[in-house]
Amino acid sequence: MEHIPILEMGNFLLVTIQVDMHDQLAMTLQDDLTNRISQTNADGVLIDISALEIVDSFVGRILGNIARMSRVLDAQTVVVGMQPAVAITLVELGLSLTDIWTALNVEKGMALLRSSLNKTKNQVKWRADDDAAD
Amino acid sequence: MQQTETLNIQTSIDIVLVRQAVRQMAVEIGLSLVDQTKIVTAASELARNTLEYGEGGTVKLEMLQEGRKRGLRLTFEDQGPGIPNIEMALKDGFTTGSGLGMGLGGAKRLANEFEIQSAVGEGTRVIIVRWK
Repeated sequence: MEHIPILEMGNFLLVTIQVDMHDQLAMTLQDDLTNRISQTNADGVLIDISALEIVDSFVGRILGNIARMSRVLDAQTVVVGMQPAVAITLVELGLSLTDIWTALNVEKGMALLRSSLNKTKNQVKWRADDDAAD
Repeated sequence: MQQTETLNIQTSIDIVLVRQAVRQMAVEIGLSLVDQTKIVTAASELARNTLEYGEGGTVKLEMLQEGRKRGLRLTFEDQGPGIPNIEMALKDGFTTGSGLGMGLGGAKRLANEFEIQSAVGEGTRVIIVRWK
């Protein structure tokens, strides 16, 4: 069966979609990613869609599902690299990717994941300090 | 490149083939990248509807020429159960399937012309046109 490769980079998972995705492939990616987050204990997922020439409502739904599932598994998803024509079309189609974090490119997406992770860690540390003071 | 082409829509792989054929014709006609993306996305939505609700069908791709104006017309046809309430089906968020219900309404917004005919028990025909 066809799979989209998922790369591990430290505590993040990296996916670059390089093919015109058919529906089954998108659903396989959703399953594979969810399993890998759980196996690797990943803190974040970065999905690069710069090679995708269209995002229709099906792919939009899968991206939303991935973001929500990763959230439940304590990981954050960021989608990067959307082409301008794709963004224009998505808005006109009526699809708003409200649950999904987006960034312009891989570099900014990584920075977003790192900063969100730092924030969470600091909050946890804070709480630990509070406990110590009690 | 031929002026007319008909493709079968029977599996989810066919949706990808429809997208590729529509893109190729849209490039041929000289649509801008944004307009190419719009018509290909609309085609993807309608092909999925044909597959999911129409139990499979066909799409006819036609290059149009009216004077100096060029365009692309896509006709999706199926012999499926038909749509009992077209007005409802065109509403955003309305779905009887697993999608988001953006398909028909979204495709209408992405095209310059949109026409739908459906008869319960006979099937559905959706026509969209995008002009250059």
